[in-house]
Amino acid sequence: MRWLSLALVATSLVWFGCEKKQPKPTEAPSAAAGEAGKSGGVTPAETDTLLLGEIGSLTGGEATFGISTRNGIDLALKEANEAGGVKGKKLAVRVYDDQGKPEEAANAATRLISQDKVLLILGEVASSNSLAMAPKAQEGKVPMITPSSTNIKVTEVGDYIFRVCFIDPFQGFVMAKFARENLKLNRAAVLKDQKSDYSLGLTDVFTRKFAELGGKIVATEAYSKGDTDFRAQLTAIKKQKPEAIYVPGYYTDVGIVARQARELGIKVPLLGGDGWDSEKLFELGGTALQGSFFSNHYSPEDPSPAVQKFIADYKAAYGGVPDSLAALGYDAAKVAVDAMKRANDLSGPAIRDAIAATKNFPGVAGNITLDEHRNAVKPAVVLEVVEGKTKYVATVAP
Amino acid sequence: MSEFFQHLINGLAAGTIYALVALGYTMVYGVLRLINFAHGDVMMVGVYMGYATANQLGRANQSSFLGVLAIFFVAMAGCALMGFLIERFAYRPLREKPRLTALITAIGISFALSYGFQLDFGFLPGAAPRAFPEVIRPVEWLVFGNPEDPDGHSVVIWNYQVISFAIALSLMGLLQYFVFRTRFGRAMRAVSFDHRVAALMGIPTDRVIAVTFMLGSSLAAGAGILYAIKDTAVQPLMGLYLGLKAFVAAVIGGIGHVPGAVVGALLLGLIEEFVVGYTASSWRDAVAFGFLIVVLLVRPEGLFGRVTAEKV
Repeated sequence: MRWLSLALVATSLVWFGCEKKQPKPTEAPSAAAGEAGKSGGVTPAETDTLLLGEIGSLTGGEATFGISTRNGIDLALKEANEAGGVKGKKLAVRVYDDQGKPEEAANAATRLISQDKVLLILGEVASSNSLAMAPKAQEGKVPMITPSSTNIKVTEVGDYIFRVCFIDPFQGFVMAKFARENLKLNRAAVLKDQKSDYSLGLTDVFTRKFAELGGKIVATEAYSKGDTDFRAQLTAIKKQKPEAIYVPGYYTDVGIVARQARELGIKVPLLGGDGWDSEKLFELGGTALQGSFFSNHYSPEDPSPAVQKFIADYKAAYGGVPDSLAALGYDAAKVAVDAMKRANDLSGPAIRDAIAATKNFPGVAGNITLDEHRNAVKPAVVLEVVEGKTKYVATVAP
Repeated sequence: MSEFFQHLINGLAAGTIYALVALGYTMVYGVLRLINFAHGDVMMVGVYMGYATANQLGRANQSSFLGVLAIFFVAMAGCALMGFLIERFAYRPLREKPRLTALITAIGISFALSYGFQLDFGFLPGAAPRAFPEVIRPVEWLVFGNPEDPDGHSVVIWNYQVISFAIALSLMGLLQYFVFRTRFGRAMRAVSFDHRVAALMGIPTDRVIAVTFMLGSSLAAGAGILYAIKDTAVQPLMGLYLGLKAFVAAVIGGIGHVPGAVVGALLLGLIEEFVVGYTASSWRDAVAFGFLIVVLLVRPEGLFGRVTAEKV
């Protein structure tokens, strides 16, 4: 039996191993970053490029989040460089992959700050990862702009942390209001990801607002990231006869949830947040998502010329319609460039003050004004899934 | 009541998949006394082979009888080859070394496969999850109660759940027959008993071990495809988690014991389902692994394992 206990110890090693000890973050500098990447110990100010840092999930389950964001950022920096750069210098970006893991994101942030000595960090998408990075940025006095982490705690870490998207309370509020007032629903169930700060944040506010507006939450069930069988939770939800199920998870899970819900004979619409936003959602969910709704940052159907120009440029560069993560990545980089242009010098505190002063900046995902808590105040859109595409339904203002 | 029966069916369906994966684990362990931690990842590779075959066949052909057969054949044959290569180049050179060396190598292969498959090489599909095509078109096989009933008092059993269950049981029977009633099975048992003495008796131990690996790997591929049909999402890390659960199921049943693995797996599936359905899902793994600890405390050899050395 000694052999068996050895095997069990080894099992737990594998189990925790896949959570914690991973290969070093891979380095994927964009084309422009190649030269700057070699600068090593030299402070960026002495070279002719300004180095920014970016952290994203380029591999792993949520890879499309990181890839879309990187595309958006690259596009914005390319435009900025074509327009002459910042203070006469070109911009470059050093990208690290965190595989969607908070501990890797934290490592990458440390590396960007202490080794690469970047002026500013862009990232992450997932709130759990941004929360891991933020204390490092705050400590190193390097401003950090997250394009799309909506959990409220992210910018509470300190005065160097900013975001260009709205926050979870607002997203939960939007969907609760939409469900009560537009869809006229009385009974809703919730299926949340108990390992995700994002999912818990949205659930919290949705549950409170929906009840405040006179609705009733009939069931709250949970799953853990990585699960692929949600039938137990859905069977329990089905018994309570909800009129809609709020699933504030990521597209990787939502598609499968939708399929299994339909399989169990649950026909009510699913509701969700911006974590649904990925081309892959429709591949995973197929027709099961028809008639479901989610809140989002922008809609590619927005007729404004700035949005349409962004979509055309993005299509030309990468093919495919940009999702909102690409739009927010683009906005985050634009805000960063704008702030660096306005900043008195390129020290951390100066850039921070310039970002904090951002007012009415025209982003493709809405105009950006940063409030005293360093959050962007902007409206959200609600999209409906129709025939494997999203259709604009409503705009909900704060 | 309908809710209880739906949970029962969900649990059995989940347990069936664990059982299919656990069969391969238990067989390789039975012969080699090696926990092949790469088993789940071999399964993942098999699923990707099936995925590629299904896409090659196109939407119209992939769900025909011959199409499904082709998908299973390519995946199982491909994995058999892979099992052979892994055994030949990773495990065989270490056979006379301490067991821990082979175990660590197995973990290494597991990580190499699951992270290697995340690379975006063009022919590899990359890290993002893919939807496995509906190879067996889902059909409601049995519906109790009226599915149009707005109160939702209905229980649904799907065709693929029944198919998977039948395949798991018949594979279990086949393996039992193979191990205890055939000449090759006798050779396997002899190797498992003592491979040096078996070699002295004229049994080609290398060949027996290689075939065991190939068999185990192709079982994994078949299990993987049934899993992909059930839960649709395919991604490179899927093998780590499922492999672990199947390993636990095999240990509960008594590792090395074929019907034990199936019973352990069904038990595990049911426990998980009922824990999630009636309490909170955060309890699921705690209860499942707690059950494992209790079984090991009361019966360290597992529910069906025998203390004697002859385990296959």
